[in-house]
Amino acid sequence: MSAYLPSLVGGMLIGLSVALFMVLNGRVAGISGIVAGLFRKPDERLAANLLFVAGLLAGPVLYHAMWGDWPIFRPEGGLFLFGAAGLLVGFGSRLGSGCTSGHGVAGLARLSPRSIAAVATFLATAIVTVFVMGLAS
Amino acid sequence: MAGLRLLSALILGAVFGFGLAISGMLDPARVRGFLDIAGNWDPSLGFVLAGAVLVAGLGRLVQTRLSHPLLSDRFHLPEKTQIDARLITGAAIFGIGWGMAGLCPGPAVADLMLGAPAVLVFVPAMIVGMLLHDRLAADGTC
Repeated sequence: MSAYLPSLVGGMLIGLSVALFMVLNGRVAGISGIVAGLFRKPDERLAANLLFVAGLLAGPVLYHAMWGDWPIFRPEGGLFLFGAAGLLVGFGSRLGSGCTSGHGVAGLARLSPRSIAAVATFLATAIVTVFVMGLAS
Repeated sequence: MAGLRLLSALILGAVFGFGLAISGMLDPARVRGFLDIAGNWDPSLGFVLAGAVLVAGLGRLVQTRLSHPLLSDRFHLPEKTQIDARLITGAAIFGIGWGMAGLCPGPAVADLMLGAPAVLVFVPAMIVGMLLHDRLAADGTC
């Protein structure tokens, strides 16, 4: 159980960020929307989106400053796979109005039926994808 | 107030990124381990999601008792309520990419700091995917 404590605490920090972004700034901290917002015609959200992304980039640096090593990163697959996956994640998150943060954290916290449907759908297709890739390898 | 709002965006981005780093979710193998229910299942992501939804839910309780955000004039909540084909198709496509790579937008952006080639390919591709959608398939509401 204690092996999962960092995951629980890390998750609570993610939830804290989402909660305070809504309570303070009045917006959903959905990363796909925030990243896409950097490439839209500039509006009043641009500065806050840029700063949120800068903070996100600082996350691993803070981790390094605190523990002296960098977070573990173990990619599974080649660069072509990551390029194709990136296209799907980008396109799908926009078409579906959100990703793991906007639907998975903020949406579930609001008990939004759209987010519950989205999370059930992307969990299902992700599980099937991993299963099929396991069969093929 | 605008200054505080911007400062809070920076700090809350860092809290999110630091939380991701602690949680282990910057590691695509951990994420795929959670999705691999038929194999060597790793429940970590379930704990991340539970912790995040719990605290975000407390935030939701606070939010519903406020007439406006503390640093802004109004709440911007999603207005759509209909579960439509766009939502389900988009989520399905997103899930396929997420399962293939073990990366979604938040961890992918934070992982840029680690400099791995996989992320340096994934993030630009993700942005291209977003722009393709916004140019070709946007319905004007997102």
